[in-house]
Amino acid sequence: MIEISKFIIGAFILLGALLCLIASIGVLRLPDVYTRNHAASKGATLGVMSLLLGVFLYFFLVQGHFNSRVLLGIVFVFITSPVAGHLIMRAAFNTNVPLWENSVQNDLQKKKDEEMNQHDS
Amino acid sequence: MKRTNLKTNDLILQTVVKVVFFIIFIYSVYIFFAGHYTPGGGFVGGLMTSSAIVLLLLAYDVKTVAAVIPFNFLKIAATGLLLALGTGMASFFYKVPFLTHAHGPVHLPFFGEVELASATAFDLGVYLVVVGVTMTIIQTIGETE
Repeated sequence: MIEISKFIIGAFILLGALLCLIASIGVLRLPDVYTRNHAASKGATLGVMSLLLGVFLYFFLVQGHFNSRVLLGIVFVFITSPVAGHLIMRAAFNTNVPLWENSVQNDLQKKKDEEMNQHDS
Repeated sequence: MKRTNLKTNDLILQTVVKVVFFIIFIYSVYIFFAGHYTPGGGFVGGLMTSSAIVLLLLAYDVKTVAAVIPFNFLKIAATGLLLALGTGMASFFYKVPFLTHAHGPVHLPFFGEVELASATAFDLGVYLVVVGVTMTIIQTIGETE
């Protein structure tokens, strides 16, 4: 029981660390703010949640200690991290940070132009 | 950048803050009470409570938050200082030095035997001072145009 759970915990910790590494490589390699933010907010959220789940399972299954704060941390990261990504992304768009030059679709720009025209007239 | 008077739509932020505020506030109360036996206490608890209120200030404007939490934070800081001083002065009634704290089992209705320490009252004073001072600083800076 303990030995199997140690393997599962190790898998969760390694998966979380790997996802965080992939997210940071994505932040370095991707071309513009929006794609970088996409990599950072998605990859790092799942990575941190996986790490915290590994920590929770280690203390619960191996040490026999139910730590509800770690579970609260998982829920909290899951709620707040995408919202933080959304707000950073919107702030970048509203300050006219350009998209990557090979981008093909920008629906929000049309919406923004319409609202500006309505506001001016 | 061209400045506009367009009202930005903060629906996502405001909805999430409504949920997250209670998580942070309840966790800060937990941190406050856990301070006797585990890491925590009045200072971090007070900072977390004020950070929850700052989150409300970020999502809504100052007037809405003042309507939801109608406290004068300077008075809260003063109350905290009086509470901390009062727990120190209470030791004079038992002919022991200033700030001598007592603890022991107390019989409460509904709860039964509870181990209580008078240091918690001093910690509550620290908590109120931290919340009051932090919120006074932030509201004073935020209101200047």
